[in-house]
Amino acid sequence: MKTDIILSGVGGQGILSIATIIGEAALAENLYIKQAEVHGMSQRGGDVQSNLRISDRPICSDLIALGSADVIISLEPMEALRYLPYLSKEGWIITSSAPFVNIPNYPAEESLNAELAKLPHVISLDVNALAKEHNLPKCANVILLGAAAKALQLIGYEDLEKSIARVFAHKGEAVVAMNINALSIGYRAVE
Amino acid sequence: MTQQTDKLLLLGDQAIALGAIHAGLSGVYAYPGTPSTEITEYIQENDLARQREIFCRWCTNEKTAMEAALGMSYMGKRALVCMKHVGLNVAADAFVNSAITGVNGGLVVLVADDPSMHSSQNEQDSRFYGKFALMPILEPSSQQEAYDMMGYAYDLSEEMKLPILMRVTTRMAHSRTVVKCGPVREPNAMNNNAVPANFILLPVNARRRYAELIGQQPRLKELAETSAFNRYEKGTERSPRGIVACGIGWNYVNECFPEGCPFPSLKISQYPLPEKWLCDMAARCDEIVVVEDGQPFVEELLRGTLPTPCRITGRLTGLLPRTGELTPDNVAQALGVPHDPAYTASQVVVPRPPALCQGCGHRDVYAAINEIVAEMPTAKVFGDIGCYTLGALPPFKAIDSCVDMGASITMAKGAADAGLFPAIAIIGDSTFTHSGMTGLLDAVNCNSPITVIISDNLTTAMTGGQDSAGTNKFEAICLGLGVDPAHVRVVVPLAKNMEEIKQVLREEINYRGTSVIIPRRECIQTLNRKHKQKKANA
Repeated sequence: MKTDIILSGVGGQGILSIATIIGEAALAENLYIKQAEVHGMSQRGGDVQSNLRISDRPICSDLIALGSADVIISLEPMEALRYLPYLSKEGWIITSSAPFVNIPNYPAEESLNAELAKLPHVISLDVNALAKEHNLPKCANVILLGAAAKALQLIGYEDLEKSIARVFAHKGEAVVAMNINALSIGYRAVE
Repeated sequence: MTQQTDKLLLLGDQAIALGAIHAGLSGVYAYPGTPSTEITEYIQENDLARQREIFCRWCTNEKTAMEAALGMSYMGKRALVCMKHVGLNVAADAFVNSAITGVNGGLVVLVADDPSMHSSQNEQDSRFYGKFALMPILEPSSQQEAYDMMGYAYDLSEEMKLPILMRVTTRMAHSRTVVKCGPVREPNAMNNNAVPANFILLPVNARRRYAELIGQQPRLKELAETSAFNRYEKGTERSPRGIVACGIGWNYVNECFPEGCPFPSLKISQYPLPEKWLCDMAARCDEIVVVEDGQPFVEELLRGTLPTPCRITGRLTGLLPRTGELTPDNVAQALGVPHDPAYTASQVVVPRPPALCQGCGHRDVYAAINEIVAEMPTAKVFGDIGCYTLGALPPFKAIDSCVDMGASITMAKGAADAGLFPAIAIIGDSTFTHSGMTGLLDAVNCNSPITVIISDNLTTAMTGGQDSAGTNKFEAICLGLGVDPAHVRVVVPLAKNMEEIKQVLREEINYRGTSVIIPRRECIQTLNRKHKQKKANA
């Protein structure tokens, strides 16, 4: 059993925090994990992605092959579509619906939605609005993780909660509680 | 020795760092450079490293790092030097000569290559340097192996009295996985066991040492042929194909064959090449496919120029792409088991190039330069390496060159020598101390009519905000190098100061001698981080 996940977004949106939470949960569950990150130049407002592979058997490649990702978790709708050739036929896209427009030729929102609508399994959620509504600034990424929780397969919702508690422990109880709340908001939003 | 059984989720870089600490490291020497930066950062934050007072301050450039590490090794202690591949060009003099001097305490030179140029200006393969310098090379195939190799590398270095080149690539450096820790060794005590004459490279000593180094090569080959990090699966008596896979290339090959590789296969993680096994494979197979990340180093060694009875294929024959990093897809394609995408690329998606952060001081500097350059149609702006290289992209399109660390100043000088006016150089604070100071001295000595803009954001920003060697010293450095005090000007790059900045630029560019302008404002990223830290501490 394995889950291949592509995390995507724009530099600075917080995809590495999502990766850290999932990675920590996988470690606690004694699963095999490989997570390829992007550091350096492209982090400055450019497109960023991370390949995250979780399995109950040893993993060879750090990178995910074309047509084989089980899930694309994206903090930005166009960035979700960028990795389409990596998505498996029955794979899921779980994405924030809010465009991050920092380029002059950003496509029309309708055309992005039309592309997403062609795919069989898509969850598009305005996590920024949810974060605002629940007064959880900076937690949009964890809300999205909550929405993606079911697609992770090898890792359960409680595993993610425990992982958040460990990952954010050094920031204090209030931050832990905020992020656990954010996780549950995302999780319930797609029930 | 104490046993350490921790399982940790580590980047390849962090596994290397921890492996070095556990191998009894006494000092790490480095200049930040993607994808090698996280090695030194990990050692700076590690409790055991702190407790042992392992030296871990950033160096001014890769050459100073390499030489300081050699000095520590000379005194019998274990040292690590880390750099990105192009950093090895800067350190090359010290690097090549360290194989001639040999070492006393173990010395590992960790070089992180960047095939596909994720964050670099070329994809040079450091293994060529290792061969050139006649050093043993290690190339781990997994983060666990990277950790395990560090102890082996230091033992090997001390046994052979040679520095070891350890080569990784971006995907190894920046991929995270679970690593099991091994025994923790004490650092070496200082000793005077270095053979003094070996370190005095007068021709008389250097000739002797070079002969000794050549004499060690058969032993190095033997070590590679018996290394636990190299693995040869003979497979069947006769096979149409054999696979040689180096470093992480091995992972992509195995990804293609979940039930086990059906061909004879040789994993290479220690060089010089294990000749015995390669000869055996060549005798069994009609074709040898070489899967290696970076340049076709092994493929070229195997094939040479003349035809061989066994066909050698790989990047040189087009079986694998000649440039760019290996991927599970191009390896699978080469081995005849291609992956088919279920969906084609979306036509709606457009590129999203990186850009200078909103609020970054470099933005104000470029805005001012662009306005002034518009007044001076012959002007050229020579750029350098750092965040501000992004000034080449829209909306600024402000620089005409970017070659290597420090080249802005010296290229501007050369262009001025050729008759260009105005010649403007823009360089960051950390890059200036890395390799710009000597170039500025050249310009001062000729009173070259160039204007050097040292865009000072008080940090090494591109790699994530490491300390910058010259912070608070730039005016003094420029004056010390002989720039006329009347032509060392400091401005604060903020929109509200635009008129003043433009006036200073106009005056100094029109001055027919060497001038320096220092726009100084802290990097917005490090500033935000400090604010957050303050808030968290409050």
